[in-house]
Amino acid sequence: MTALLAVEDLSLGFATEAGFASILDGASLSIDRGQVLGLVGESGCGKTTLARAILGVLPAETARITAGRVLFDGTDLLTADPAMVNRTVRGRAITFVPQDPFTSFNPIFTVGDQIMEILKWKSPRADQPPGRDWLPAVATRYPADRRRADFDAVLELLDAVQLPRPAQLLRKYPHELSGGQRQRLMIAMALLPGPDLVIADEPTTALDVTIQAQILGLIRRLASERHVAVLLTTHDLGAAYEICDAVNVMYAGQDVESAPVDRFFAAPAHPYTTKLLASLPDASGNARGIPGEVPVLLAPPRGCRFHPRCERADRSCRETRPPVEQLGGGSRPAGPLRRARCVRPARRRDQGGRWGVVRPDAGRSLRPGR
Amino acid sequence: MSFDLMPGEVFGLVGESGCGKSTLGKTIMGINQPTAGEIRFEGQQIDRLSPAARRAVRRSLQYAYQDPGASLDPRWKIGSSLREPLMIHTELDATARDQRIRSILEAVGLPDTHLELYPHEISGGQQRRVGLARILTLHPKVVILDEPTSGLDVSVQATVLALFRDLRERFALTYMLISHDLAVVRTMCSRVAVMYLGRIVETGPTEEIFERPRHPYTRSLLAAIPKIGGARVTRNFWLQGEPPDPANLPSGCRFRTRCPKATDLCAKEDPAPRPLSQALVACHFPD
Amino acid sequence: MGGWRRELDRFTRDRAATLGLILLLLLVVAAVFAPILSPFPGDVATFHTANRLRPPDAVNWLGTDRMGSDLLSRILFGARITITIAFVAVGSAVVIGVPIGLVAGYYGGWPSNLLMRVSDIFLAVPQIVLAIAIAQTLGPSIENVILALSITYWPFWARLVFAETRSVKNEIFIESAIALGASPLRVMTMHVLPNIASSIIVRTSIGMGATILTAAALGFLGLGAPPPTPEWGRMIAESREFLPEAWWYATAPGIAIFMVVMGFNLLGDGLRDFLDPRIRRGARGK
Repeated sequence: MTALLAVEDLSLGFATEAGFASILDGASLSIDRGQVLGLVGESGCGKTTLARAILGVLPAETARITAGRVLFDGTDLLTADPAMVNRTVRGRAITFVPQDPFTSFNPIFTVGDQIMEILKWKSPRADQPPGRDWLPAVATRYPADRRRADFDAVLELLDAVQLPRPAQLLRKYPHELSGGQRQRLMIAMALLPGPDLVIADEPTTALDVTIQAQILGLIRRLASERHVAVLLTTHDLGAAYEICDAVNVMYAGQDVESAPVDRFFAAPAHPYTTKLLASLPDASGNARGIPGEVPVLLAPPRGCRFHPRCERADRSCRETRPPVEQLGGGSRPAGPLRRARCVRPARRRDQGGRWGVVRPDAGRSLRPGR
Repeated sequence: MSFDLMPGEVFGLVGESGCGKSTLGKTIMGINQPTAGEIRFEGQQIDRLSPAARRAVRRSLQYAYQDPGASLDPRWKIGSSLREPLMIHTELDATARDQRIRSILEAVGLPDTHLELYPHEISGGQQRRVGLARILTLHPKVVILDEPTSGLDVSVQATVLALFRDLRERFALTYMLISHDLAVVRTMCSRVAVMYLGRIVETGPTEEIFERPRHPYTRSLLAAIPKIGGARVTRNFWLQGEPPDPANLPSGCRFRTRCPKATDLCAKEDPAPRPLSQALVACHFPD
Repeated sequence: MGGWRRELDRFTRDRAATLGLILLLLLVVAAVFAPILSPFPGDVATFHTANRLRPPDAVNWLGTDRMGSDLLSRILFGARITITIAFVAVGSAVVIGVPIGLVAGYYGGWPSNLLMRVSDIFLAVPQIVLAIAIAQTLGPSIENVILALSITYWPFWARLVFAETRSVKNEIFIESAIALGASPLRVMTMHVLPNIASSIIVRTSIGMGATILTAAALGFLGLGAPPPTPEWGRMIAESREFLPEAWWYATAPGIAIFMVVMGFNLLGDGLRDFLDPRIRRGARGK
């Protein structure tokens, strides 16, 4: 079964005044239909850039893709006809939920106007004749019957995201809504075109913890109800744990580990991942930071970019990027395997079972099962 | 709302956005004016002081912004920024000032060479340390930390918190930690107060609050936190809706519009904090 | 510190701004060294009517005026007057306007309203009309020109500083300085002012150019210093009756005014570009 989305060895960077910043270096990931994948990493790791590269909305003057492919349903989005991608993929087959819902809205139009405007173009009911892209926007008609059907779809979806009194809400302006309401609205807007994949870029970072719990639950539920795949970028490991099926970790533009979620948290393999999980405060208040700082991407370290901060690094780490190593397979039947890009990943055997145990008080801690 | 801050403790003030915790911090500092009640510092009432008297208080009671680095004037050299509090408040001569600054810089782990640099010439993390150093030059007694780890990556948070702990020991400080991040509060604080819409709903020792939360809101806050390795909290999260508009508060208990236990009594009477085991809970039906 | 070199390099990359700077340097050199540079320094006060209205030639490079005085020399000495008017008038406007704007912007409330309404009143007065009124009452002179200009010009700075102060006031480093116990005076002069200085500098440069034009207009109307003061505007006025034959008579001072005003404008524009992005980039970049 081919993956719905497969990013293969994507390398890209931005040309800045100070030189070429290599933001992504051979990043890869793959999402299956209906799967929720968490793209985890700290600030500067490139996850937002990767999301933008998939959508094809990188700044054209400065961004340069140096290698790799982005395969969506078998088609490489980077080399496909841009007009076709714009019409059928962007905002339709792949939609986006941004980090800050407030600035994504135009403050001078009502929320309802903005949603209907989007549906004029991206509704699943709209026909998509090729070759009419040159028509100016105002000249395109919005047939009344389709408009009515779209409007009903909007109300139905607003209900599904638990927004009260949808018809009234549509008449409001963005500044009249709260952060949680705006984010629910963005989720609804992302689902309206009937996409196959929704990219959610740090959707709950700006929200309070109780609202975050509501929104995460909502995303998970809607994704499985509608069989929509979700690519969730976040730096919050707790959020990744909550709703993702699998997790990909990125560091400084390189992907370093990927695994199904339970296995990922139970037994991290890559040194960065291990340190990342160790830096979460546990019940007794202990938390270990990671020494050193994230590299400046104008002159990134060669080979594995984590090597300056890794105590296990050796010469090969400093020279070439480690290949993907599948772990935890062995005699087990093929299934989603853990993969790590490390010359010396942690193996259960080496560590004497230390990481094989689920730490009940790991993470943003409380004892489980209350 | 009422609470006490004991010397030497780390007191945590938790709540979500709009609960008023930041406003409280600023009111204590005198940036906002209270409409009722009083604030006492070391026995002296400080909420209605003249600007000159207030300035004297500020020597002992300091406020660290969410990003202490932003508190530095971008046009001033770091040395000047560090010297400023001493010039305003003390009579120390140039040598004594210099000594004090150098020792503070060393305490936050920065080299002397930074004195000649401008804020934009050092990294964000270092700016943060300089901002903290500036507050500490006066050897204050109490420091209000306003969302010190907000927006930071998890690995950086650990380092920052370690720095705070270290400074507290070295300078015998008392902290009031304002944060929405419960994990941070749990690791740093000895006592915690939970706020909702301008009221403190529960106060108590940290362990007590986290292990045996009694107010329904506190329980919902704790229930919302993902627990890695445990059951998924978002599947059955029970708190619905959002806090009501502060301009339009519900009668009686402010939490009643979202509380599963709400009754008529809750709509009529705003519960006062009552002691329960080691905690103070403002609820008619605490657990 | 080698920083100077680097900054100068960066500035000179902007050709227009560099041109402006050069023009102004010429003005300053002309004013300072007028006695040395003028071929006929005495011509400012003495007349040689035999030489009157000579076109430009080897002896008088820019020709002579109706009194026979060498135009080049008069223009060089006139540069002193121009500079004096520009710097004193604008200088006074800045010295009056900036503190008013600072205080109004910092404090807010009714004092700020009062100050801003007062500045509005002065803004409403047209410069030239006021200058005429003053000249009628107090007599025409350079000092009165400067008086009229600075009285009507200070509100521009007051408004600019008011707006900038209000926005800078919300920055965290200002709030933190207050929280540390800094007095309002300290905050205003040592924190707010340096951070808004670039806008003030740019406005001042452009203001100089505008002032020189207005001063020239006033001189043209006869409101400036009496003859034989070599004020450029007055020289153009004198030339009127001899045009178009004595074309050099109006052209020389006209071009001088043009070059100086152009210089201030170019410099002002260049400074704006030079000062702002660097500060923004510096403050946030690494």
